[in-house]
Amino acid sequence: MIPGEFTYHRPSSVAEAVAILVSHGDEARPLSGGHSLIPMMKLRMAAPEHLVDLGGIADLKGISEDGGTITIRAMTTQHELIESDLLSEKLPIVRETSLLIADPQIRYLGTLGGNVANGDPGNDMPALMQCLNASYVLTGPDGNREVAARDFYEAAYFTALAPEEILTAVKIPTPPAGHGWAYEKLKRKVGDYATAAAAVMLSMSGGTVTSCSVALTNVADTPLYAADAGDILNGSTLDEATVARAVAAAEAITDPASDGRGPAEYRTKMAGIMMQRALARAAERASA
Amino acid sequence: MNDMTPTREQREAALEGMGCKRKRVEDVRFTQGKGQYVDDLKLPGMVFGDFVRSPYPHAKITRIDASEALKLPGVIAVLTAEDLKGVNLAWMPTLAGDVQMVLADGKVLYQNQEVAFVVAEDRYIADDAIQLVEVDYEELPVLTDPFKSMDSDAPVLRPDLEGKMEGAHGPRKHHNHIFNWEVGDKDETAKAFAEADVTINEMISYHRTHPSPLETCQCVASMDKVKGELTVWGTFQAPHVIRTVASLLSTIPEHKIHVIAPDIGGGFGNKVGAYPGYICSIVASIVTGVPVKWVEDRMENLSTTSFARDYHMTTEIAAKSDGTVTGLKVHVLADHGGFDACADPSKWPAGFFNIVTGSYDFPTAHLEVDGVYTNKAPGGVAYRCSFRVTEAAYCIERGMDILAQKLEMDPADLRIKNFIKPEQFPYQSALGWEYDSGDYHTAMQKAMDTIGYRELRVEQKAKQEAFKRGETREIMGIGVSFFTEIVGAGPSKNCDILGVAMFDSAEIRVHPTGSVISRMGTKSQGQGHETTWAQIIATEIGIPAADIMVEEGNTDTAPYGLGTYGSRSTPVAGAAIALAARKIRNKAQMIAAHMLEVSEYDLEWDVDGFQVKGNPEARKSMKEIAWAAYHAPPPNMEPGLEAVSYYDPPNMTYPFGAYFCVMDIDVDTGVATTRRFYALDDCGTRINPMIIEGQVHGGLTEAFAIAMGQEIRYDETGNVLGASFMDFFIPTAVETPHWETDHTVTPSPHHPIGAKGVGESPNVGGVPAFSNAVNDAFQFLGNTHIQMPHDAWRNWQAAKNLGAHS
Ligand SMILES: Cc1cc2nc3c(=O)[nH]c(=O)nc-3n(C[C@H](O)[C@H](O)[C@H](O)COP(=O)(O)OP(=O)(O)OC[C@H]3O[C@@H](n4cnc5c(N)ncnc54)[C@H](O)[C@@H]3O)c2cc1C
Repeated sequence: MIPGEFTYHRPSSVAEAVAILVSHGDEARPLSGGHSLIPMMKLRMAAPEHLVDLGGIADLKGISEDGGTITIRAMTTQHELIESDLLSEKLPIVRETSLLIADPQIRYLGTLGGNVANGDPGNDMPALMQCLNASYVLTGPDGNREVAARDFYEAAYFTALAPEEILTAVKIPTPPAGHGWAYEKLKRKVGDYATAAAAVMLSMSGGTVTSCSVALTNVADTPLYAADAGDILNGSTLDEATVARAVAAAEAITDPASDGRGPAEYRTKMAGIMMQRALARAAERASA
Repeated sequence: MNDMTPTREQREAALEGMGCKRKRVEDVRFTQGKGQYVDDLKLPGMVFGDFVRSPYPHAKITRIDASEALKLPGVIAVLTAEDLKGVNLAWMPTLAGDVQMVLADGKVLYQNQEVAFVVAEDRYIADDAIQLVEVDYEELPVLTDPFKSMDSDAPVLRPDLEGKMEGAHGPRKHHNHIFNWEVGDKDETAKAFAEADVTINEMISYHRTHPSPLETCQCVASMDKVKGELTVWGTFQAPHVIRTVASLLSTIPEHKIHVIAPDIGGGFGNKVGAYPGYICSIVASIVTGVPVKWVEDRMENLSTTSFARDYHMTTEIAAKSDGTVTGLKVHVLADHGGFDACADPSKWPAGFFNIVTGSYDFPTAHLEVDGVYTNKAPGGVAYRCSFRVTEAAYCIERGMDILAQKLEMDPADLRIKNFIKPEQFPYQSALGWEYDSGDYHTAMQKAMDTIGYRELRVEQKAKQEAFKRGETREIMGIGVSFFTEIVGAGPSKNCDILGVAMFDSAEIRVHPTGSVISRMGTKSQGQGHETTWAQIIATEIGIPAADIMVEEGNTDTAPYGLGTYGSRSTPVAGAAIALAARKIRNKAQMIAAHMLEVSEYDLEWDVDGFQVKGNPEARKSMKEIAWAAYHAPPPNMEPGLEAVSYYDPPNMTYPFGAYFCVMDIDVDTGVATTRRFYALDDCGTRINPMIIEGQVHGGLTEAFAIAMGQEIRYDETGNVLGASFMDFFIPTAVETPHWETDHTVTPSPHHPIGAKGVGESPNVGGVPAFSNAVNDAFQFLGNTHIQMPHDAWRNWQAAKNLGAHS
C-alpha cells in the first residue's frame, strides 16, 4: 500500500501542463482529485514517474452555459456539481448522479474530468455523459479537439485520450425544459461502484416519448450507450411490451464481469431493472 | 447530621459504581485522536520491516535471491527461513498444537504467505525493496475445497507431517487431516433417530470471514543487547501469553522480556495469536540491534492474519411429532487452511462447539468435528465470540427453524416448547456443559410481546398472498434466534493455553489519600475496561470510580492474566477484581474498628465506609480509613492498603438472549432491508448499561455484516478474493439497521457479582436472526435453506431458483 517513487509537478497553466506531458510521454500522468489514481499507485498497479497536478490551473475550474451548451471545466469537483444552481435547474441528472458517487469526502476532491478521463467502467459519469451526448475537449500540443463521449471509450482504461493530452472541459447540450431524467444505481453499500446503473433522459408529449436516450454503467469494459433501447422507446407510450423490448435490447449489449457484486447473469439483469426503474422515474418527472 | 451531609443516595451516586451509565473515560482521548497506538510509537533509530509475500497459493520455492534488494540504499537486511533456522525460529508452535512456518520454508501453502522479511530505514524503501527480491516458484496443485481435502488423490499440503499419523488431538486419517474430535453418546443418539417421528438433515455452512479490526496487527520490537532485554510493543489481546511464548521461543528469560500492549484499535479475536510479523520483528531487532517496527496493511490483515469460521455443519435433529426434540447429531468439516492456528484453549480443537445443543433440552446428542488442511490462510479465531460458539449457535438456530418448517410449527413456539426450564438450572447438557442459570421463557415472552410477533406473522401471511397475486415484488421475513453463549474461559480443570491455566487477575492499591491504582491481566481493545473495572471497585470499596485508575497491558506492572477475548474479562477478571476489592474492604473494616475503638463485628458497611451498627453517626469513610492505613494502622497490622487476587472460575457463565429481525426483500434485485431488529440480552448483573448497549450495537453491526455479505472467498485456483474494504463488507452508518435493545437479568449464581459477559452475544445471536429472516422470507416459495452470506445477488439467485422470476 505504498506507491513507488515519482516526481511531482504543479504547473499553473494548461500549456505548461501539456509541455510536461510531452517531455515525459508515457511516464507522466495528470493528477486531478487523485481518488482513482492514487489508490492504483498504492497498489502499484500504476507507477507513473511524473505526476502532473492540475490543481494549480485556475482555467480548469467552473461551470457555465452559453448558446445551448453547458460547459463544465475539468477540475470541477463532484461536490461542486452537486452545489451548482445552474446544474440543479437545467441538468438535474448530474446532481442526482453525483450524489450516488462514493461518499462526501471523496466528492470534495474527485473531479468530473478525472472521472470521465479515467476510463474505469465503474465510474458513473461516463455513461451519464453518453446519455447526455456530451463531448470532451482534449487539449494537446497541437491545440484542442473534441471527442464525443459516445466515441471516447475503447476498453477498460483505454480511451481516445493521447498521453500528451489533457481533458480540459466537458460540453453538454442543454436539454429542453420539462425533460424527464433519472439515474438509478444498484450498489452494495455507500462508496461502492455500481453493480449496475442506468441513466435515462427523455421528453414526452401527449403521453408519447419524443426523445429518449439510455446509457449503462459497469456492465461491460466500457460505459454503454444503449442506442437501440432509446430508439425502441422513442415514439412509444412506454407500454409494458415496448419497455420489455427496450430492456431486452439494453441487456443484450451488456457483457459484465463476474465479481463480488455478483455473477455476470445477475449484473445484466440488474442493468435491465435499473433501466426500467430509471425509465419509470424519468417519465414521472417529464412534463407530459 | 447537618444539611450539608450528603444523603445515602447522593453518596451512592457519587461513586458511579455498578449499574451506573457512566460515560467511557477512555473516550476522552480516543475521540480527540489522542490515543497512543502501536503505530504512534517512534523510537530513536527505529527501522521498518515488511514482507515479500507469495502470489501463489501452493508452490515450491526453488530460489530466493535478495542481492538486488540489498543493493538498494537504505535496505538493512532481508530475512528468509534459512536465516531463521539459525535461531531455531523458521517454524513456530501454534496455540492449537500444530506448527506453522514463520517464513516460507521450501514451499508456500496459501496466497500472500510470508516469504521474506525486508528491513529498511523507512517504509517506502522497504516496499521498493520487496519488488526487488527475486523468488522462483514451482506451482503445485491447489486444494481449496475442504470437501475434497481427504480425497485419495488430494495433493499433500504438509510434507513436514509425512508419516506422522498422530496429531495433537489424536490420530489423523489422511495426509490433509488434522484431527477428529468426538463428544456425546453415539449409540443413544442413533437410537433417538431410529425412534423419531420426524428428522431433519441439512448441511449448514458458516462461511469464512475475518474480524477486521480498524487497526491492523502491528508491533515494535526493541532488543537492548547490553542489558539482554527485549521490549515488544504490540497489538496483543493477551500480552502475558505473548511474553511467555516469546520467552519459550527465544530462550530470553521471561523477566527480561517486556511486553506492552498500548491502546488497541479493536481486536475481535484477530489479535490473540502470534504472527510471523511479531517473530520477524523480534529476530530483526536482535540481528540489527535497533528497534524494528512492523505494521500490516489492510490487504495483509484480511488475507493472512486469522480468518474466522469456515465450518461446514451437517446438522440432524430428531423430534416427536408434537415438536419435542429427542436427539441432535452434528458433523462438522472444519477448514483450517494451511496450518492449524486456531486460537482455542489448548485441549479444545473445536473450541466450545459442543454448546451446539443451544437453549434446548436435548436428552441426547452426538458431535464429531474433522479438521482439514487446505491452501488457505491459517486462523480460525473466535471473531467476537467465545470459541466456535457463533458457529454452534448458527447451526442449532438454523436447525430449529428447519425443523419447525418440517413440523409446520411456528419457529418461536417450537423453541419455547423445547427450552430448558428455569427449574432445570444448573442444567447438565447432553454434550457436557453445566449451564449456570437461565430463564429463557421470560426472556422469549418479553421479546415476542415487545416486537408484536403474532401480528407480524399475520402481516407476513397477507404479504405472501399479495405476492402470489402479483401485487408486490417484495417478500417479508421474520428471523427468530434464541441463543445461549458459553463464556468466561475458564476453569483450570478444563481450560489452559499452552499449559497455562486460564485464570485472571487483579491488583488494587489504595493510596494514602484514598485514590486508587488498579491493574488487571486483561487488555481492553475498545470494551471500556478503564470505565467498568473502576465501577466494580467503586461499588465494592466505596471510592468514587473517578478516583480509580485502571491500567492494563504492561506485563511488567500488571498481574499475570490470560487476556481479553471470548467474553472472558468480566466473568474471570471481573470476579478477580471484586474479590481483590473485598480483601481491601476486609482490611479496611479492621482499621475502622481500631479507629472507632469497637470490635470489627460491631461495624456494618454503608456505601462508602463503615459505621457502628445502631449508631450510624459513628462512621469512618474509606478515605479516612485509607489515610489511617498508611498513617496509624492498628498494632500488629502491616501498613498499606492493597490486594491481589487470582481467580480460577468454578464454571463458565452462560449469557443468553432473544433476537428478532424483520426484513423485507425485493426479489427483483435481491436487496434486503432490515425493517426492525430487536435484541434482548440477559448477561446477568449489568455493570454499565450504556457500555452494554454500545457493545450490543457493535456486535449486531458485525452480525449484520457477516450474515448479509462479509466474506473471505477463494476461487478454485486459490486466489483470495475480497481482501480489501472495496469488497469486504464493512457496513457504514447508512447500511446499518436501527437497533432496539432490551434486557432481563438472571445473575450467574457462581460469579461474585453475578455478571456473565456480553460483548460477544450480539454477534453470536445476531447472525442466526438475520439468516433466519432471509430463509423465512423465502420459505413460502418452497425454500428450506439458503447458505450465507445473504448479499443481494445471492438473494436474487435464491428467488430465481425458487421460480420467483418469470
Ligand atoms: C472509495 C472510493 C469509492 C468510489 N466510488 C465511486 C463511484 O461510486 N463512482 C464513481 O464514478 N467514482 C467513484 N470513485 C472514484 C472517484 O469518483 C474519483 O475521484 C474519480 O473517478 C476520478 O477523479 P479524480 O479527479 O480523483 O481523478 P484522478 O484519480 O486524479 O485521475 C484519474 C485518472 O484520470 C487521469 N486524469 C485525471 N484528470 C485528467 C484530465 N483532466 N485529463 C486527462 N487525464 C486526466 C489521471 O491521469 C488518472 O489516470 C470512488 C473512489 C474511491 C476512492
